[in-house]
Amino acid sequence: MSLNRRQFLQSSAGVVGVATVGSLSGCATQAPAVTGKKGRPKVVVVGAGFGGATCARYIKMWEPHIEVTVIEPNDKFVSCPTSNDVLAGYRKMDDITFGYNNLQGIVDSWVKDSMSAIDTEKKVITTAGGKKIPYDRVVLAGGVELLFNTVKGYDAEAQKTVMHAWKAGPQTATLRAQLEAMPDGGVFVMSVPMAPYRCPPGPYERASLVASYFKKAKPKSKIIILDGNQDIASKKGLFLAAWKKHYGHGTPAAMIDYRPNNMPSSVNAKTRVVGTEFDEVKGDVINVVPKMKAAEICGMANVRRGTDGKEGPWCPVDFRTYESKFVPGVHIIGDSTLSNYPKSGSMANNMAKVCAASICEMCNGRDPVEVPVVANTCYSATTDHTAIHVAAVFRYNEKDKNGNKIPGGEMVAQTLPKGGLSTEETEIEHAYMDGWAKNVWADTLAL
Amino acid sequence: MKKTFALSVLALGLSAGLVSSTFAATPDARLRQMAANCGYCHGTDGHSRGGIPDINNLPREYFVNQMKAFKDGSRPATVMHQHAAGYTDSEFEAFARYFATR
Repeated sequence: MSLNRRQFLQSSAGVVGVATVGSLSGCATQAPAVTGKKGRPKVVVVGAGFGGATCARYIKMWEPHIEVTVIEPNDKFVSCPTSNDVLAGYRKMDDITFGYNNLQGIVDSWVKDSMSAIDTEKKVITTAGGKKIPYDRVVLAGGVELLFNTVKGYDAEAQKTVMHAWKAGPQTATLRAQLEAMPDGGVFVMSVPMAPYRCPPGPYERASLVASYFKKAKPKSKIIILDGNQDIASKKGLFLAAWKKHYGHGTPAAMIDYRPNNMPSSVNAKTRVVGTEFDEVKGDVINVVPKMKAAEICGMANVRRGTDGKEGPWCPVDFRTYESKFVPGVHIIGDSTLSNYPKSGSMANNMAKVCAASICEMCNGRDPVEVPVVANTCYSATTDHTAIHVAAVFRYNEKDKNGNKIPGGEMVAQTLPKGGLSTEETEIEHAYMDGWAKNVWADTLAL
Repeated sequence: MKKTFALSVLALGLSAGLVSSTFAATPDARLRQMAANCGYCHGTDGHSRGGIPDINNLPREYFVNQMKAFKDGSRPATVMHQHAAGYTDSEFEAFARYFATR
C-alpha cells in the first residue's frame, strides 16, 4: 500500500515538492502545495453513472486541488432506478433523464468518449477517439457487461427487437412502446438473470408495475417470469403479498406466473419464443435480461478476477479505498465490484464516497479512511402508489476470527430490525421512494 | 451553497499554503465519508430536495436523541430504526456535530 502511495506521490510533481521535504510521514501532516495544473494529482473517472458521477463530484467537493477528468460516452444520464415506472407509464423518459451540465462545470475536464484501452503500468488511458489521457489514479465505474452470448440466438439482430431494458435509455422507451402496442390478452415474458446481477429486486418490481399497468389498460393480459434462480432473491414475502393483494396471486386469475429455475437459454426474436432447459415459452412481448459480469473496461484493466487473482467475472477491491487488490492505481466502484453488497444505485453512490474520501487522503499523503461504513436503501414500487424497501448497513472489518488480517478487509452486514425490510407495502414509502430518487439524482449529478 | 463550500475550502487551502505551508487540522475524513452516506435520501450535506426531511442545521442534542430513539424503537419509523441500528452512539454524536454546521 505504501509503495503504491509513494509511486503515486512521485508521479505528481507538485506533490513531490512536499514529499521530498521530509519522509512520507512528514507528508501525512503537510498538505501538498498547490503548484498549478502540472503538479496537481490527476484522477480520471471512467463512467458517469451513480458511482462515477458521485465520485467525481465528491473529490472536487472535498479536495478541489485534485484534477478530475471524467470519460463518459453518453450525452445524458438516464436513471435505472424508477425506470420500471416508465414501462408502466407512470413516468416519462424525460423524468428519469438528466444533463451532465452541473458536473461538467465542477470537474476539470470532461471527455465525451469511451475508454478503449488502458496501460496500468504507464498509467495512460486510450479512448476510442484516439485520445491519450494520463492518470495518477483511475476510477472505473462502468457498471455491468451483459453476456448476450450466454443466450443462444440473442445476437445483434435479435437485440434490435428483444429488449433487456436493464440499462435505462432507448431500451426502456422501446420496451414501453412494445407493451403499449401489445393487445389486451397478450403475454409478456420477462426473465431474471442468474445472481449476482444489477438491482436484485428490479425484476420483481418490473413484474409488479407492468401488472399494475395491465390491470388498468389491458386486464386480460398475463406476465410470465422466467427466473434463472431458484427463488425470488429480494423482498420475497413483500412482493408475494403485493401480488396476492393486487394481481390475483394464488388464484386462477393470477396475472403473474412466476417460474423459478427457468434460465432462458435461447431466444427467437422472430417467433418471440424464449427457450429454457425444460420449456419453450411464447410471448407477445419478450424481455430477456442475460447474465452479467463487471463492465468491459474492467476487463481492459485486467481487474476482473476471482479472490485468488485468476480471471473472474467481478473485481475484488480493498474496501477502504476500492483500489483493485491486484492492479495498483486502479479503483473500481459500483456494480462491477466483487462484494456482498446488493448491486444498487444507493450502494454505488456510497462506495463512490468512500473511494473519493480515500483518494483525497492518499493524494495528501495520508492513510485512507479507517473503518468505512456504507449503507443501502432500496425502494421498489408494488403499484403506482405503494412501495417497499430493504435497507442494509455494512461496516469494515479487517481481522478474521483468529485475529489474522484479511487482505483488503471485508464488509460486515450489520444486524438490523426486520432484516432491514418493510413490514408491508405503504403509500408513505412510495413518497419516500420519490424523495430518494430526487435526492440521489441531485447528490450524484450536483443538480 | 455547495460551490461556496468548495471554494472556501480551496481558499483556505491556498491561504494556509501561502502563509505557513501546512494545512490546519485535517477534516475528519471518516466522519465526512460516513455523513455522506445519508446524502442519497436526505440530500447532499443533509439539504433535501423534498419528500424526505432535511437533516442539516439541527441542534446536536436533538439529532442524537432522535437517532437513539430510532435505534431503541421509541420513535416509530419506516426505515430509520434500521439505519440507526447500524451505527454506534458515538457515531450519532459525530453525525450531529457534522450536520449541525451544514
